[in-house]
Amino acid sequence: MIVAQRKPFEEIKTMLKNYKKVLTLGCGTCVAVCLAGGEKEVDVLNAELDMARKLDNNPLELGAFTVERQCDREYMDVLDSKVGEYEAILSMACGAGIQFLAEKYPKIPVFPAVDTTFIGVNQTVGWYEERCRSCGSCVLGLTGGICPVTMCSKGLYNGPCGGTNKGACEISNDQPCAWYLIYERLKGQGRLDSMMAIVPPQDWKNQVPRTVIQPGYKKPEKG
Amino acid sequence: MRLEYPANIKIIRVPCTGKVDVMLMLRAIQKGADGVYCVGCLEGTCHYNEGNFRCRERVDYVRMLLKEVGIEEDRVRMYNLSSGEGPTFAAYAKEMTEHIRKLGPNPLNKLN
Repeated sequence: MIVAQRKPFEEIKTMLKNYKKVLTLGCGTCVAVCLAGGEKEVDVLNAELDMARKLDNNPLELGAFTVERQCDREYMDVLDSKVGEYEAILSMACGAGIQFLAEKYPKIPVFPAVDTTFIGVNQTVGWYEERCRSCGSCVLGLTGGICPVTMCSKGLYNGPCGGTNKGACEISNDQPCAWYLIYERLKGQGRLDSMMAIVPPQDWKNQVPRTVIQPGYKKPEKG
Repeated sequence: MRLEYPANIKIIRVPCTGKVDVMLMLRAIQKGADGVYCVGCLEGTCHYNEGNFRCRERVDYVRMLLKEVGIEEDRVRMYNLSSGEGPTFAAYAKEMTEHIRKLGPNPLNKLN
């Protein structure tokens, strides 16, 4: 899932300083699961903003709503009847959701309340770890299910480098060497030969916004 | 025991302090309560193993939120005692009341 962290309160407060009526909009998918921007976090943020603005003698009228997914048009239409009455929207969705919202309502200022951080896993309640950089060219089949782009400090496709040190990375003893882990995993599976495969350089197509249309979902061309 | 404790305290009973949500405490302050404190079982004796630890975490979180907002964080506290400690309950109630009196009214109330 996409993992995000709530922005510092001061930053959010500063963004909203010129507005009097704001809708705080949560997202019920990834950011709700990672406890950053779901229904409950909307309530907490609104309570904070309400108190802070009252103390500043500049009250802020706040609305609260959470859509199932801010990255999906289907779930966004419900907002059409709501957003008109607000001067600005504070979105607690990931960066994709925030942009989609801003695109849908180009005349209303949209502000982010969270910092989208990574694609990760849930180790335990409230504890998330990064696992994927969304590079667009997955090599996990060769690397025993351990991503060298994410887990190696240098993101090396063909490792390890000279900095591997008894299982740790040269940047810190607390940082495991991803390629050491890959070696151990592959060795355990009797697949060390796949470590010898050379992975060609990335074409870094991920530097431009990507679009994916799944097979069977392309709309027929008109004409 | 017929113990007395300050009459200004409104008790909200919950089955376990693990039930106390961040929003319950935050909303109380937002609506004008001068202070909020949770009284849980002694640490290590929770029937549900970690209910009172969860409450402590949430109390700490609410304190952090209040600090961000600009309200004295010490308006929210956590106390622990065993169910057999009536006198301690009364003592904590007195301690909290005196502590909040020193802090004065909730700054949100001063505005109204």
